[in-house]
Amino acid sequence: MGNLLSQLFTGLGIGATLLLIALGLTFTFGQMNVINMAHGEFIMAGAYTAYMLQGSFGRETSLLVSLPVAFVIAGALGVALETVLIRRMYGRPLDTLLVTWGVSLMLQQLARDLFGAANVQVLSPSWLVGGVHVAGVDMPYARLFIMALVAAAVAGIWVYMAYLPQGRRMRAVMQNRQLAACSGIPTARVDRRTFFIGSGLAGVAGVALTQLGSIGPTLGTNYIVDAFLVVVVGGLGQIRGAIIAAIALGVLDAYVEWGTSASFAKVVVFVAIVAFLQARPQGLFVLKTRALT
Amino acid sequence: MALLCVLALVASACGKKATTSTGATPTGTASGGGSGAMPGVVGAIIKVGDLHSLSGTMAISEVAVKNAELLAIDEVNAAGGVLGKQLQVVTQDGASDWPTFAEKAKQLITVDKVATVFGGWTSASRKAMLPVFEQYKGLLWYPVQYEGLESSPDIYYTGATTNQQIIPGLEYLKAQGKTKLFLLGSDYVFPRTANKEIKAYAAANGMTIVDEQYTPLGSTEFGTLVNKIAADKPDAVFNTLNGDSNVAFFKQLKGAGITPQQMPVLSVSIAEQEVAGIGIQNVVGQLTAWNYYQTTSTPENAKFVAAYKAKYGADQTVDDPMEAGYTAVHLWAMAANKAGTTDVAAVRAAAAGLTYAAPEGTVTIDGATQHLYKTARIGVIQPDGLIKEVSSSPQPIKPDPYLKSYPWWKG
Repeated sequence: MGNLLSQLFTGLGIGATLLLIALGLTFTFGQMNVINMAHGEFIMAGAYTAYMLQGSFGRETSLLVSLPVAFVIAGALGVALETVLIRRMYGRPLDTLLVTWGVSLMLQQLARDLFGAANVQVLSPSWLVGGVHVAGVDMPYARLFIMALVAAAVAGIWVYMAYLPQGRRMRAVMQNRQLAACSGIPTARVDRRTFFIGSGLAGVAGVALTQLGSIGPTLGTNYIVDAFLVVVVGGLGQIRGAIIAAIALGVLDAYVEWGTSASFAKVVVFVAIVAFLQARPQGLFVLKTRALT
Repeated sequence: MALLCVLALVASACGKKATTSTGATPTGTASGGGSGAMPGVVGAIIKVGDLHSLSGTMAISEVAVKNAELLAIDEVNAAGGVLGKQLQVVTQDGASDWPTFAEKAKQLITVDKVATVFGGWTSASRKAMLPVFEQYKGLLWYPVQYEGLESSPDIYYTGATTNQQIIPGLEYLKAQGKTKLFLLGSDYVFPRTANKEIKAYAAANGMTIVDEQYTPLGSTEFGTLVNKIAADKPDAVFNTLNGDSNVAFFKQLKGAGITPQQMPVLSVSIAEQEVAGIGIQNVVGQLTAWNYYQTTSTPENAKFVAAYKAKYGADQTVDDPMEAGYTAVHLWAMAANKAGTTDVAAVRAAAAGLTYAAPEGTVTIDGATQHLYKTARIGVIQPDGLIKEVSSSPQPIKPDPYLKSYPWWKG
């Protein structure tokens, strides 16, 4: 019983991590249909931001300071990529895929040149070391921090999309680009802003991941496939779909791995995704509009 | 749209492979063609190959080995070179991708026509290169500890085989009374073979294996594994994870509050280079099994560490595979000078029984297996990131890659 609960917590922890890395992608991939292979490198940029800032802000606060800074840095990288390359390729998904993948390789090499090929470390603030023990379940603070962070990010996105005019414009462009443009919404500016937020969220994820995994030039490649999977299963552009997909995949992975092995759990998760997409190729949720396209 | 998603997944899955076309960084001269009978000799220079992962997940470890090998090549050149000729390095990037290693090895032998190649880290990369070196009669110096059960006439193994690292590690744990082991490894040839040997040893020595778990190479999610370890309550974990996975494992193990005092982790793939990337506070107090540490006290080591820091910076650390790569270059240079040629068969004949005062102490090439006699050393990771030796074998151990001298091993 204790083990079942432990695994539930572990599954939720994996789910929260998956959701955090996928949140940014629900914007750029989900809303704008841009397959950005460099998304993982924005995560990496966030992790290196935390590494760079720990020198100037000290161990206890640098992680919190890093969150907004990484959001801006990764967001700026995203806007640069959107402005220089991606906007010239809207409607050409294959070209975008290849170009952004090339950018991803270049960013990895850039990180290698700037910070060295070896992994670097970010010291955990003392308030993230250890964990609490509740009802036989070990809850590491690092996991709880990621859960809280992802909850805050989701809440922030919800407020932005539902209540702020910029968020409403974003939804309008996503639902029907032509009509939105006819109504006087500057779609190019909205695209840029969407890309900023999506990429910035990747940077935030990168800061949080410094508490769980390695920080090196290839960090992003460890997460990019999982991020795409969550968005595809959840349904494009659907935050609630991504939430359910991330938690379901995390919990499934945790329980299957408990009974078998890590490799087998991965197989089961992939098979489950393929089977699910056979039955529901559009993902969990789908945007219903009256648009003809 | 579904098609796009599939394309995205396919493209990212192929990502590693396609790096090959962009990752190579040849730095040697383009003029190929060995003049005369001796491989690698072009006028007054001898070309040698260096093939490590300079990009991808293994770059964290292999770049440093390449640096140590380049240092040794500088030293050989400063001491007059080989056969009176200067060595020139052709560097290639294996890109952490096994087919790339095979392809680049073939290129080094057949296009660059190098005299010998120093390279490889993972067993998968060595297994990929082995048929190439055997087919084209090349010579590979492989600098990393590995799982044994291999002996190719075209490869010299300057890292430890199992009876020089894993078995001494198990003997140490047994002597400490740690007889309930949890085996954890990355899912590929080295951990799986090593664990087969560990299980055979445990069965013959009254130790129990409570569980044996593998994670995909590069895995970053260890929540479930840490739960399994906590539930199984072993005396110690024998860790054969490789690369970035170690970082995630130790961070998440520490997050669960499991300390080395309660349950030490003995690792065979974590050396001084990896400690910094994992975070010293996450691994301090954990055990390692190697043949060399930066703190090993020999006069040759003091010289090696000082020379490395002078070339690459005072903040650099050195570790076992780097020392083995450095030693490999010196051994090859000695063998080629002794043979009077770079011809592979002649170098092989000259290498048998060759002795060299390496930073780790005296090593001797065992002609039959082409491995080295090496001293086993168990260490504890210190708060300053270096590793302190706590136990060592009384003399260099004879390499026994097939474990023929161990009655409990039946292959």
